[in-house]
Amino acid sequence: MEGSLAKESVLKEILPENTAKTLVPQVEIAREVKPAPSRYRNEIAKYIIRRDSNCKLCGKCAEVCPHGVHVLKPGYKLFSAPHLNVCIGPSCQKTDHYCIDLCPNKALKMVENPMLKAMGDFRWTPDMLMATWKMAETGEPPSPEYGYDYETGASGGGLDRLRFKFPEKPPVDLRDDEIDTSIVLNRRDDGRPQIKIDVPWYGGGMSFGSVSNVVQLSKARAAVAFNTFTCTGEGGYMERMKPYDDHVITQIATGLFGVREETIQRVRIVEFKYAQGAKPGLGGHLLADKVTPAVARMRETVLGISLFSPFPFHSVYSIEDHQKHMDWIKHVNRRTLISTKVSTPNDVDMVAVGSYSAGTHIVHLDGGYGGTGAAPDIAKKNIAMPIEYGIVKVHRFLTDEGIRDKVTLIASGGLRTAHDIAKAIALGADGVVVGTSELVALGCIRCSRCESGRGCPRGIATTDAELAADVDLDWGTQRIINMYSAWRKELVGILKRFGMRSVSELRGRTDLLMHLDYTNDVETHT
Amino acid sequence: MPKKYHIETKKIPPRLPKIGKFGIVDWREDCARCHNCVKKACVYDRYRQEMQYIKDLDEFNAMFFECMGCFSCVQKCTKGILALTVNPEYEHMGNGYYTPDIILTTWNQAETAGIPVSGAGYRGKFTGAGFDSMWTDMSEIVRPTRDGIHGREYISTSVDIGRKPRLLSFENDRLTTPLPPLVDLPVPILIDMFPKEYQFPSLMPMLLAVAAKTGTMMIVDWEQQGLLGTYKEKYLSNVVFYVGKDASGPTPEILRESRLIEIADSDGAEQRIEEIKTVNPGLVVAVRVELDSRGEGRSIELAHNPVVEVIHIVSDINGNQTGVEAPGFIKDMTRRIHTSLVKDGIRDEVTIIAGGGIALAEHMAKEIICGADAVTINMPLLIALECRFCGSCRDGFDCPAKIETITAQYGVGRMTNLIAVWHDQLIEVMGAMGMREARRLRGETGRALFFEDIEEETFGRLFGKRISS
Repeated sequence: MEGSLAKESVLKEILPENTAKTLVPQVEIAREVKPAPSRYRNEIAKYIIRRDSNCKLCGKCAEVCPHGVHVLKPGYKLFSAPHLNVCIGPSCQKTDHYCIDLCPNKALKMVENPMLKAMGDFRWTPDMLMATWKMAETGEPPSPEYGYDYETGASGGGLDRLRFKFPEKPPVDLRDDEIDTSIVLNRRDDGRPQIKIDVPWYGGGMSFGSVSNVVQLSKARAAVAFNTFTCTGEGGYMERMKPYDDHVITQIATGLFGVREETIQRVRIVEFKYAQGAKPGLGGHLLADKVTPAVARMRETVLGISLFSPFPFHSVYSIEDHQKHMDWIKHVNRRTLISTKVSTPNDVDMVAVGSYSAGTHIVHLDGGYGGTGAAPDIAKKNIAMPIEYGIVKVHRFLTDEGIRDKVTLIASGGLRTAHDIAKAIALGADGVVVGTSELVALGCIRCSRCESGRGCPRGIATTDAELAADVDLDWGTQRIINMYSAWRKELVGILKRFGMRSVSELRGRTDLLMHLDYTNDVETHT
Repeated sequence: MPKKYHIETKKIPPRLPKIGKFGIVDWREDCARCHNCVKKACVYDRYRQEMQYIKDLDEFNAMFFECMGCFSCVQKCTKGILALTVNPEYEHMGNGYYTPDIILTTWNQAETAGIPVSGAGYRGKFTGAGFDSMWTDMSEIVRPTRDGIHGREYISTSVDIGRKPRLLSFENDRLTTPLPPLVDLPVPILIDMFPKEYQFPSLMPMLLAVAAKTGTMMIVDWEQQGLLGTYKEKYLSNVVFYVGKDASGPTPEILRESRLIEIADSDGAEQRIEEIKTVNPGLVVAVRVELDSRGEGRSIELAHNPVVEVIHIVSDINGNQTGVEAPGFIKDMTRRIHTSLVKDGIRDEVTIIAGGGIALAEHMAKEIICGADAVTINMPLLIALECRFCGSCRDGFDCPAKIETITAQYGVGRMTNLIAVWHDQLIEVMGAMGMREARRLRGETGRALFFEDIEEETFGRLFGKRISS
């Protein structure tokens, strides 16, 4: 079962020496929360306040509101556009500064924003989008005052129907700093580095060409700040990422775009992408409009021609072939760990065991509803199982096979919040990969128009220089750092309520979960 | 390399303003005239085209409905006077089964012949009723493809319609088993008759042209054969005449030239098949069985009759069983019929064609996985012609989409595009599953995941009994 690893000690003597260390000096990024307000003039809010013609411009509302919703600038007679995103809505009614009641002319009216109906979807509700923006802005979980119902989506199944069964009071009182959220990525004891990341998540692969350079770099810098990782995706590895190499996973996918020995030698983790949740069973898609000169150069392809990666790897027909792939990479880079990214077919448990036996360190399951990139709608909805099933199936099978503690199981595919992360771990994953949430932190509104034309109108998933200029590198980095900070606080809060000192104690604790559609009367083992 | 099945397509723009999902609300009276108008920055140039739209009174509203919902203008406007909302006209389209999303994607597919592609992951419900309660499987490392690694150009969507012998006998290396007639279709889609309330006589010649262009067949009530126009004889190989229970059938000349004919199910079905076979033994005869309270049982009974070659099971347009209080769904009924025939060891001998409720390409793939050899469609073709499913025609009013006035170029083009893009999507799904032939996809429930099964297997063991649907 140990595959090629048995030969590891022999290989060490002949492996290239330059792969034993980082190639260029690495940059440090402070894990520091700083305000990073929305880059849009009008942030979308859950509630709006309408001012009617009875307003006598007395300024009482601006005077009483401690949040600064109403803006009457000195020297101006008229109000500026209100800062509705800081309004706490009807929960303000209980306070002594509720502008609606205090307006002497009854000129203000509060209503739920009708635009929310046009925003988001079943998986990413408007509340979840706004709460994520709030976290990215402040670095804190949104205050309950805002009334965001953001811990679950409205998909009606899977994670959205799972809830934690918290004890009335924690069995042990722990301070936040006593709680460890780190996980290890190499459990094989094979002589390769023990990589530990400080939070049980890392950033998903979004390729050069599918998102802007600034977005890739923002993700990488946030990964540095949290001592975790980001992934290049399959579109090649920018030179500008070099200062962050120690926190970058480079991907080898079926198109082999931009895969070179020198890029493999730069990193501490190499990921083989066999499939992806956005389009299980299909190769990557980069449509023609996004294949700019830079993208074509990086991928060594032709300008303006759509790029469809093949499926599957035409060099892999079996687990033995997969092992051959890994041997190649382990030979080229002696310090790297291997991650095997697969999607979730019916026999995903067999795939996971096979990958382990071939020598992988990380089995990364990307569930059928996940993904950020362009994909045929028919594939997104219909192919492969959602991640909730995949995690349980694989965790159970690895446990039954007695190898659960020798492999790191990472899950992705529609995990949106810290609560989703905690649930995924309770279902059996060691950690998760996130993608869409990072884009939402940068201002994505999930309009789904990332794939063609100039790309993302929000300047995120685009190769158009003018649109990409909307996202500043420092701002983008800070937004992701802030979201990560808020998530970590939420995760610590969950562990604290269970009296757990480490996130690894949560793994596989399905007994701490309940499902709203079930009787929940099964005695489960921990 | 042998000639590949290919449907020629061409972009066919809509005749009418599209009913888009979003609407922009623009409060001009509060505009600050800041000369920094965010409308100029619309990535999709919608506002720049404003004057063009305004010039055309019919299309005036179209500008607002072609909004892509990115909120950029809403969020950048100096005075915050722009708002976005869901277009109420959009929300009112459809009938509950044919949702606004299905109608819009069908329009787009009929226009462009392109597979719908979008970013940002899946946006819908976790699961749902009908076809939304199953997923198709995919191939992965340990089983890269079921049929071996092949390019998509090698995936065949052909199906055979007819009865197949259980086994072949040879004597002195010569085949001695008489081979029954088979109809070979390059794509597992046939065009069905439209329900009476949705019939447009002027469409009949166009549907025939679509069948001819795509190499498939259309089912036509023999009593309406006059509507097919002058090219009927020329394209007889693309026509399946349907003969009602007590109606008289086609002339012997027509029967001798036809490949496939369909008769209504009745107690005398067997005798009728034999009469037709007397005229043309090479003609394949299908029996149309309405999926009412007796439909499933009757289909299984017919399949056991060695005279019956093809059973065409038909639900209502929404995929529901008819005439019962708690109707079954076409996918489940098909699966039960299929499974019953498999258990009886006769599934491969008879062809099952299923119709009703096939609204999207994914439904076709899933219906085949559940046991149909091929599917029939009608309403999606009407939607391809910009039908909004408003029910006006059903209620005797004029069609707001003016379908009776369309040109052949438009009608044939749009419907052909739709079948072509469904064919492409079937290949996508089969490619992901590692399946090389549509024939092998039939009944491959082992390569699908059913919500009830996987929930029970995964969550049932953890959380007990499921208490809600």
